[in-house]
Amino acid sequence: MRPFDYVEIRVPAKPQYVGVARLTISGLASRVGFTYDEIEDLKIASSEAITNAVQHAYSEVDEGEVVVGCALYPDKIEIMVADHGKSFDFEETKKKVGPYHEQQEVQFLREGGLGLYLIETLMDEVKVHHQEGVTVFMTKYVGEEQVEENVETISS
Amino acid sequence: MNIQVIIKEEENLIRGFISGEIDAFTAPILREKLATVQQKENLHTELDMSEVSYMDSTGLGVIVAFFKNVNANNGHVKLTGLSPRLKRLFDITGLGEIMDIETDDKGGNI
Repeated sequence: MRPFDYVEIRVPAKPQYVGVARLTISGLASRVGFTYDEIEDLKIASSEAITNAVQHAYSEVDEGEVVVGCALYPDKIEIMVADHGKSFDFEETKKKVGPYHEQQEVQFLREGGLGLYLIETLMDEVKVHHQEGVTVFMTKYVGEEQVEENVETISS
Repeated sequence: MNIQVIIKEEENLIRGFISGEIDAFTAPILREKLATVQQKENLHTELDMSEVSYMDSTGLGVIVAFFKNVNANNGHVKLTGLSPRLKRLFDITGLGEIMDIETDDKGGNI
């Protein structure tokens, strides 16, 4: 038995489905046991990745699909977002995604802009893979401290 | 997954009330509504965001574009009623330091 539950969502590459995928991921994250704030972070990060995928898919084909794969572990969630409509073998694709290199990703960065920055800030690990489109692979651990931001919350 | 934007023009002050979620789907609606604001010299604007339950970079992009337009005409944009979550989004992107932001005075998480 594999060590995680796997849920895959496929949505048309249209902006109106970003929120649908976000809602699903929010539900999955709460199943894993993330806190309210962590779930909000996950919602933003995954929406950013899906928004990028939607915009990317749009510019290339008319009727693209975005595939979002979520692996649920006891202590973390792994989310993979691909802008090419094909389903992926989660484990295989996971092996292929390399660490994030700033120079290589300049093109993607420019497209993603603030979005990719937010993904990096809100998630614990981020990897980007270019082959037949762009795949973003991101991980968030339950209860991982997000130092700077927590300070403010306490003082308010 | 809806957004509502109401723009009210008072004397020398434009008030915008935004409620709902701002994402890739709804951000263009917000952009259109804000584009209806007549840009003029020294325009004072306030955007009430207390009813915004979700926002990501697509929303930030629209707000920043509006901020730039108003500023270009020596006007002022003030964002009010931000939840701690929303404020944090502005802070981590560095926009919190550039823009005039008033947080929700209820304090704590909502």
